[in-house]
Amino acid sequence: MREGAAALPANPLQRIPGVAIMLGVLVVVFGAIAPGFLSTANIYNVLVQSTILMMLALPMTLIIMTEGLDLSMGAVLTLTSLLVAIVSLATGSMLIGLAAAVLVGLAFGIANGWLISIIGIPPFVATLGTLGIAQGLSLIVSDGQSVVGIPQSVRDIYSATLFTVPVPIVMALVSYLAFHALLYHTRFGTYIFALGGNREALKYAGRSPTKLLIVVYAIGGAMAGVAGLLMTARMNSGHPTAGLGLEFDAIAAVAVGGTSFERGNGWLLGTALGVIAVGVLRNGLNLMALPSSIQVASVGVLVILALFLDGLRSRL
Amino acid sequence: MTDVTKTAIAPLRSFLSEDVIQVFYRLLAAFLICVVLSFLSESFFSLGNILNVLRQASLMFFIASGLTLVVLTAGLDLSVGANVALSACLAGTVIHHSGSATLGVLTGLAAGGAVGLLNGIMVTVLRIPSFIATYGMLWVLNGLTYWYMAGDTIHGFPAAFRQIGSGYLFGLPTPVYLLLLFLAIGTIFAQRTIWGQEIYAIGANPVAARLSGIPVNRRLLLVYAVSGTMAGLASIIFLARLNSAEADIGESLTLPAIAAVLIGGTSLFGGVGTVFGTFVGALILTLVLNGMNLLQVNASWQPLVTGIILVFAVWLDMKTRQRGR
Repeated sequence: MREGAAALPANPLQRIPGVAIMLGVLVVVFGAIAPGFLSTANIYNVLVQSTILMMLALPMTLIIMTEGLDLSMGAVLTLTSLLVAIVSLATGSMLIGLAAAVLVGLAFGIANGWLISIIGIPPFVATLGTLGIAQGLSLIVSDGQSVVGIPQSVRDIYSATLFTVPVPIVMALVSYLAFHALLYHTRFGTYIFALGGNREALKYAGRSPTKLLIVVYAIGGAMAGVAGLLMTARMNSGHPTAGLGLEFDAIAAVAVGGTSFERGNGWLLGTALGVIAVGVLRNGLNLMALPSSIQVASVGVLVILALFLDGLRSRL
Repeated sequence: MTDVTKTAIAPLRSFLSEDVIQVFYRLLAAFLICVVLSFLSESFFSLGNILNVLRQASLMFFIASGLTLVVLTAGLDLSVGANVALSACLAGTVIHHSGSATLGVLTGLAAGGAVGLLNGIMVTVLRIPSFIATYGMLWVLNGLTYWYMAGDTIHGFPAAFRQIGSGYLFGLPTPVYLLLLFLAIGTIFAQRTIWGQEIYAIGANPVAARLSGIPVNRRLLLVYAVSGTMAGLASIIFLARLNSAEADIGESLTLPAIAAVLIGGTSLFGGVGTVFGTFVGALILTLVLNGMNLLQVNASWQPLVTGIILVFAVWLDMKTRQRGR
């Protein structure tokens, strides 16, 4: 049982410095020490590479705002990415591949929501279970092999541009605007704030927290399906371990962005900045020729640091 | 929550009887799995396979036993698998460079314990929720281990050292003796010592525990350090058994370890469960995975089945406890 933490009012002004300063420091440091970091091509690269993470971090923000967590997102993304590859290869249609991926992602999301809200299993354990299930299914449908020979229509998603803007960035922007509208301009968004902050109030308002929670996790699963399309298009293949661990980058982006794990406060723009901060960190270390293992460890340190600062702030 | 509080604070006798029943059901389940498997596969009841099951179960138990204490305090340690990998790689390096198995064992235990202590500090001093702190630690450890190993494998250890993992003593695998030893230590510590009972009390109601004068933070530090040290011990046994260390050996260990704890009837909400239950949980999970092996089910199915059993075990546990209330 947690001690009743005093509910602080969500004060965006108090948060903007945190993540913005972190991003600023990262950009300045890597600009100074990482060769080629500030070139236009590289900045463009960071933004395009951050799009998959954005697709996961947006729904993860909503989930964490409900005092939940989705550890299965990376494994579900791996599975949906494989499905995009397999289905589009079999049917020749990118859209059917995307539909299959979104449906399976949705099914996993609903299963997560059901286990958490109706069965009552704590989120991190329920989604750890579905992580295992998705990971197992990925190995089974792919037989442990890469799926290659992806149709051109899928590959185009990653390389094509719309009015000179790359399609992945268009998709990420549209997703951000949709989530922003959903969270701040609909009644559903208000309920999400209430789910984390004051579940009792939700009940008195005649809303079932159970159904809302299922919807929140279902959105996460569906977005993992959309991200699966981007992943397959980017790698030009489906791979049975492609997305494993990506949920951690998403959680990192949310934590760095100032969404609290314990008080139901969330800030969507913070998450977007957090996504770019994680992208900049990985890209900068990469340019300095540090291996991906160091990048992973650095993201881990970043999360612990962000949570520590969040804890400090809540005690002020 | 009242039943939890009652269970933890009630006199020892009634406390045991409740858990004895819970463990009895699980032993029954393990027995039924044995019966089913003996029908499905002829090789199940061979001596070699039974000893193999015991060896596997003891490896899972070492990680899961320390984890049990963490879960009893309503916490979670998601970093155990990554901890095993790092400790094994460090211990392996030390054995290779110094030639001394003793130094290697000490390195493994110390590395595991240090990681556990760091987890404890994050939970108590920095006040980060345990599942997210240890999840962050998982990736830090993973990154460090992959960076340190740089794709290499350390293999070939002294024969005497390998006996710890793959040897036999009076016809039983060596790890089984360690299993019995730590099962006894763990049970006595949790059930018969004041510190153990305080750990139950912290899990049942941390505020009440603090108000009644239990040094909550110190006990939590201890619990996470023990969990890390047990991961260090497991890393030694793994090293001795596999005769090699690689950066990825921990990846498939965390999910089964957590599953073993939860199958064993330890409640995620803290305050309820036993180390012996975790042993039975490890036995059940090992029997299922062993059965799948004997029936020549592709190893790809293992995470899937473990995930389903994990979720099912938690669901069943919550159902039975609800009815009890």
